[in-house]
Amino acid sequence: MITRIVELRRGILKKNDELAAALRRRYIAAGVLVLNLVSSPGAGKTTFLEWTLRKLRQAGARAAALVGDLETDKDARCLAASGAPARQINTHGICHLDAEMVGKHLDAWSETAGANGATLAALDYLFIENVGNLVCPSSYDLGERIRVALLSVTEGEDKPLKYPALFNSADTAVITKIDLAAPCAFDRELTLRNLNEIRPGIRVFETSAKTGAGMEEWLAYLQAERT
Amino acid sequence: MHELSIAASIVDAVTESAAAYPGARVTAVRLRVGALAAVIEDSLQFCWDIATEGTPLQGAALVVRVMPVVIHCAGCGVDAELDGVQSFRCPRCGELAADLRQGRELEIESIELEEPDPACESASQQVSESAEPAAPVMNQTGRWE
Ligand SMILES: Nc1nc2c(ncn2[C@@H]2O[C@H](COP(=O)(O)OP(=O)(O)OP(=O)(O)O)[C@@H](O)[C@H]2O)c(=O)[nH]1
Ligand SMILES: [Mg+2]
Ligand SMILES: [Zn+2]
Repeated sequence: MITRIVELRRGILKKNDELAAALRRRYIAAGVLVLNLVSSPGAGKTTFLEWTLRKLRQAGARAAALVGDLETDKDARCLAASGAPARQINTHGICHLDAEMVGKHLDAWSETAGANGATLAALDYLFIENVGNLVCPSSYDLGERIRVALLSVTEGEDKPLKYPALFNSADTAVITKIDLAAPCAFDRELTLRNLNEIRPGIRVFETSAKTGAGMEEWLAYLQAERT
Repeated sequence: MHELSIAASIVDAVTESAAAYPGARVTAVRLRVGALAAVIEDSLQFCWDIATEGTPLQGAALVVRVMPVVIHCAGCGVDAELDGVQSFRCPRCGELAADLRQGRELEIESIELEEPDPACESASQQVSESAEPAAPVMNQTGRWE
């Protein structure tokens, strides 16, 4: 017997990376700004997104959402209340969205384009709400231009330090539920410092979907990123 | 917990690559896993046993090399390795550095095969200890980043 060592240098998630690269080209060709929203379960992604979709519509922008959950279409129905097209992706046990799921749903969606469908070219913004999970989504590129990590004031200031892979991969952070900051004795300075240690220079928004605080800055950012 | 799907992806990739060496048995798979790859080695090892069970890869060792984060400091003009993933500061000047040069890898570096010695087909008990160093690079695409 002889022992042979064969060098592969092959990405384990190569298939996802290739599909994500193809999606990215599609998004760019369609002129749509795509954002991937990641957070722990219940940090407020759906509530924040519903608010965002509603405001964008009022401002005359065309926005749609894809939302991933293990089960149920509750979040898609909640998002559709904004008046924007929303489609649910059920992962049935898988703890993250991947580029293949997103691509399949986009294809199926444009086939039913019409009253409640969406074609990429007819959109200014596409938001993808990932499965609530601070670990797995960080490895799966969905072809997005902007990865947004959300963090609620009720979760504790040390979240960025505990989940550095995810927060380091984010382009932007949104602190949610700031209406609850006082009762939670939320340490704002510490949170901002932790975010900056893990992702130096990260853009941070501080918002409440209950009071609307911070939402104007967020909308201005979205508009600026599109131009 | 996405280690099981990662383990399954490794099995697929290795099976495909090993097909070029008929008769060979895969004895080890070497990975490069970045400190920021969001993969936990223990659970990956656990899932590797499950994913390889009943396949030709059963019993193959999974060897994980953790790649520390390397940042580029613009001020110092150098690449520097970080001790952990709790702070992205240049160890020389202490400034924050967002420019990541290493640490997100999730790749199969190499595989180790055991194959019958072609020179002495009938004398299989004659074991050659020398590994073939001249290994072809089969695939340069798909690198993380
Ligand atoms: N006080 C307050 N509560 C909020 C705010 N945003 C969301 N919530 C509440 O937080 C809970 C979870 O909100 P969701 O928007 O469903 O959170 P999510 O991140 O989409 O949850 P998953 O999709 O299950 O991961 C709900 O009860 C919301 O009403 C906020 O700004 N202020
Ligand atoms: Mg939700
Ligand atoms: Zn420096």
